Amino acid sequence: MVTVAKLIDTTTCIGCKACEAACQEWQDQPFPVGTYDGTYQTFPDVRHDFWNLIKFNEIEHADGGLSWHMAKFQCMHCVDAGCITACPAPGAIFRRDNGTVDFDHDKCIGCGYCITACPFDVPRLNPITQKVYKCNLCSDRTAVGLEPACIKACPTNCLTFGARDDLVQIATDRARTLREDGKASAGVYNPAGVGGTNVIYVLEDAAHPEDYGLPNDPTVPWTVRVWQGPLKWLGNAALVGGILGTFFHYIRFGPRHADEESS
Amino acid sequence: MTNGWTDVANADVVLVMGGNPAENHPVGFRFAMEAKRTRKAKLVCIDPRFNRTAAVADHYVPIRSGSDIAFLGGLIHYALEGELYHADYVKQHTNAAFLIEDGFGFDEGYFSGWDAESKTYDKASWQYQKDSSGFARVDETLQNPRSVFQLLKTHYARYTPERVAEICGCSAEEFNRAAETICSTGRAGRSGTILYALGWTQHSHSVQLIHAAAMLQLLLGNIGMPGGGVNAQRGHSNIQGATDMGAWNMLPGYMKVPRAPWRSLDEYVHTNSPAPLRPDALNYWSNTSKFFVSLLKAYYGDNATRDNDYGYDFLPKIGEKDNYSWGFFFDRMNRGGLEGLISFGMNPVANGPNTVKMLSALAKLKWMIVVENFETETAAFWKASELAGEYYPGAPDAADIDTEVFLLPAACFAEKDGTFVNSSRWLQWKNQALPPPGDSKPDQEIIARLFLKLRELYEDEGGTSPEPLTSIAWDYGNAISPDLQEVAREINGQEVATGRQVPGFGALKDDGSTRCGNWLYSGSYTADGNQMARRGQEDPTGLGLYANWSWSWPANRRVLYNRASADADGKPWDESRAPIRWQGGRYTGDVPDFKADAAPDSLGSFIMLPEGVAKLFAPDFVEGPFPEHYEPAESPVDNAMHPAVGVNPSATIFTGELDTLGTRQDYPYVALTYRLTEHFHYWTKHVKTSSLLQSNFFVELPEALAAEKGIQNGDRVRVSSARGTAEGPAMVTKRIRPLQVAGRTIYQVGLPIHWGFLGRTKGPLVNNLTPSVLDPNSGTPEYKGFLVNMEKL
Repeated sequence: MVTVAKLIDTTTCIGCKACEAACQEWQDQPFPVGTYDGTYQTFPDVRHDFWNLIKFNEIEHADGGLSWHMAKFQCMHCVDAGCITACPAPGAIFRRDNGTVDFDHDKCIGCGYCITACPFDVPRLNPITQKVYKCNLCSDRTAVGLEPACIKACPTNCLTFGARDDLVQIATDRARTLREDGKASAGVYNPAGVGGTNVIYVLEDAAHPEDYGLPNDPTVPWTVRVWQGPLKWLGNAALVGGILGTFFHYIRFGPRHADEESS
Repeated sequence: MTNGWTDVANADVVLVMGGNPAENHPVGFRFAMEAKRTRKAKLVCIDPRFNRTAAVADHYVPIRSGSDIAFLGGLIHYALEGELYHADYVKQHTNAAFLIEDGFGFDEGYFSGWDAESKTYDKASWQYQKDSSGFARVDETLQNPRSVFQLLKTHYARYTPERVAEICGCSAEEFNRAAETICSTGRAGRSGTILYALGWTQHSHSVQLIHAAAMLQLLLGNIGMPGGGVNAQRGHSNIQGATDMGAWNMLPGYMKVPRAPWRSLDEYVHTNSPAPLRPDALNYWSNTSKFFVSLLKAYYGDNATRDNDYGYDFLPKIGEKDNYSWGFFFDRMNRGGLEGLISFGMNPVANGPNTVKMLSALAKLKWMIVVENFETETAAFWKASELAGEYYPGAPDAADIDTEVFLLPAACFAEKDGTFVNSSRWLQWKNQALPPPGDSKPDQEIIARLFLKLRELYEDEGGTSPEPLTSIAWDYGNAISPDLQEVAREINGQEVATGRQVPGFGALKDDGSTRCGNWLYSGSYTADGNQMARRGQEDPTGLGLYANWSWSWPANRRVLYNRASADADGKPWDESRAPIRWQGGRYTGDVPDFKADAAPDSLGSFIMLPEGVAKLFAPDFVEGPFPEHYEPAESPVDNAMHPAVGVNPSATIFTGELDTLGTRQDYPYVALTYRLTEHFHYWTKHVKTSSLLQSNFFVELPEALAAEKGIQNGDRVRVSSARGTAEGPAMVTKRIRPLQVAGRTIYQVGLPIHWGFLGRTKGPLVNNLTPSVLDPNSGTPEYKGFLVNMEKL
């Protein structure tokens, strides 16, 4: 199956938030009244119930010029996904045939390892359900040949969905056009440290991705690689040990009761 | 729009000024992005704030709110001085060669003919020199000192880059960089468009501002060209339709509402049918009688006969000098001069200037009917004291208000069929998505039930003058709730005898044999069916005209004034962007803005105007034939052009007890109101999606001002004007740059409008702060560029 991807051309993004609204609607997410943090951003960061956030960054340049970057932020669906590597619960985080990184929430144990392992700081724990949530690239839509909801909603066509190889080419061409048009540091953001991403950006200033709220050189933390590589048996043993310990504790002492706790 | 949204993709330069389409017209703005992507078009954004449009612009220049005419005057000067204007176009398609009376002049802020007592102009000297046949005299060389072209050069010689910088607060270099890009379109083979919105219309000199934009585009040869034009981005989905269908002073199709001195149909027709000013002018308004009589036939049916002037006497007449526009009738209401108000799809407490005055005025009514989707601030005005007392300490308690308020629930746009007329002048038919909830009714049913009841009362009880009501033709199949397809057919027009749909306004007659609800819309619903429901996506010219998508007024023409896209012989200025071509005795491409079978050189290119050409010099407006820079009614500085005449001498400035203006000493900061992309007016604070995406009112202010006042991002601040206050959290930003104006630092403060005392999210009404000042031509309030003070709470 063809690997799919999302292209975000930040040079034509106007921060209209149609993608945010579409995401909330399609994913049946709530519509809380937000708190004010002194910016145009809807929330300071992505949340377990808000997966698609446009980040607004005011950047003052050395020559006195000003940029106001608007960049849509969500799960990057990394080719080398730290969350999958880190996840101890078999099948809870998995890669679909089309390259999408998705969650099976029935299998998620809420350990939060994926949150630590994500170089983009995307997954979020829902404290009530104790499960972790993030963008799934509208897997229910892509499964039937539709584009993700955010793409459908974008009014300026700064968002494109399609085969990853095609989009890399489109992004490369667009960046070249921008450079020819005097935007010398225009480029593509598709960081090699995570094997590339299935969400690709065109940035007017690719030398400074942090100005767009993107990490400069994201990599999967070495601790995750070691932990889930050579030392995976140890972690699994600890996990199994923990579960066994809980089991024997229950057999030995029985369930805890709320009234015991308060007395 | 002279052109249309899809046409913006044809531009080489997109000038956005007095608007913020990335914020307020994101869907249409895709075509500006397309121009950037596919043509490497340059986007120039000129605005007091570095806004969402500026974020994707190639050039951004900050200016002081209210200084736009100075900037545009500077561009006109830049084009003339550097000979960057399109000389052949200017000669061929404008009145540059026309000679003006010797008495015309401009001196220290006033044009000739100013009468200080009446505060009006006598326009006698603003006229063309005429020959013995009554035609305007011209000098094709443009060298005559009385030619429009020479007068124009003289008038704008004062608008140097340095003077622009001094008034607007940008630097001369910034101005020059933008001017170089904008004026690069002043030659064949380059097209530049202008997109504007309420940032231009909401000043005490707004009509002149848009006139200046039209003059610039004429000088650059951008009117009638694909990728050109002067393009108003309308603020509501159907405000273009509302405008086309009339206002207090306009009947449908921009025909004037009769004034008292026009006592008969003949006098009306005579007054409103101009004589041609050049021998080759088609002068299309000479057809006024056909449109007007057909309208009367639509209104009064069989009761409109030749003997009774087709019911001309049934039409209400406005007194010769009367003005019933918004600011005037609220002022009259506040003085106790009105008994009742029907507020239909309108929320004047929220969107009128000087909210305190709005509240005071409504409290003097006996009754008010509000027709709306929600309980609005207007419907609940009597609770203002209870719900937002901190802002309205003087507002009366509910117990002391005698106004009886009826709130009629109306269907919202998705709950009824009908049309939207968008900014592109496209009439797009829409279907009902779901039935209206509860007791809410579609608009036409509410109007019909009111009308039928009133007519019944007049028929039963008589009255002073019942005929205007009892003579109205109301032959709809369903009298209580007319089918909108039926209404649309009536608007298109029909032959009276046969009931057949007319094919277009060319078929309308002034002998009572045709009826037509709006001549401009004639052709929208023909014998071939509802043209507005068409969704064809064919684009044979490749210019994005989409002739088979919906229907565009007039005559399904997509680019207005498209005859000007070619030279005298009809050769296109730009072969790759020719909307029409003269081939084999007819025009191909767009519907020509010209006589369809007339050779290109047979007539003047602007067929609606008695001049036959476009007007650089336009005596139509009240404050002068050339736009001049005037300061807002409240300004932090003197007018650098003529200190003795600061404000537009013709501006409408109310002077009642509640109409106070502040001084620059008490209120040192320039404020402007604006909209945010997440919201639509005062509606969407009731909607879950919008109130999530932008939950809070805020006050945008420059970092330097915040530092001076010790204000941190998020601190609560109070903004006050001479009228009232608004409180909210501060948004401290680099995006509003302090400006150097007349040697001083001027700070500007930004206030988004969308909140009020009702809704899912609440906030202050920013119109608490705005002044009772109007543009004298349009009656639009000055919501941009008034003075405020600010304190940290």
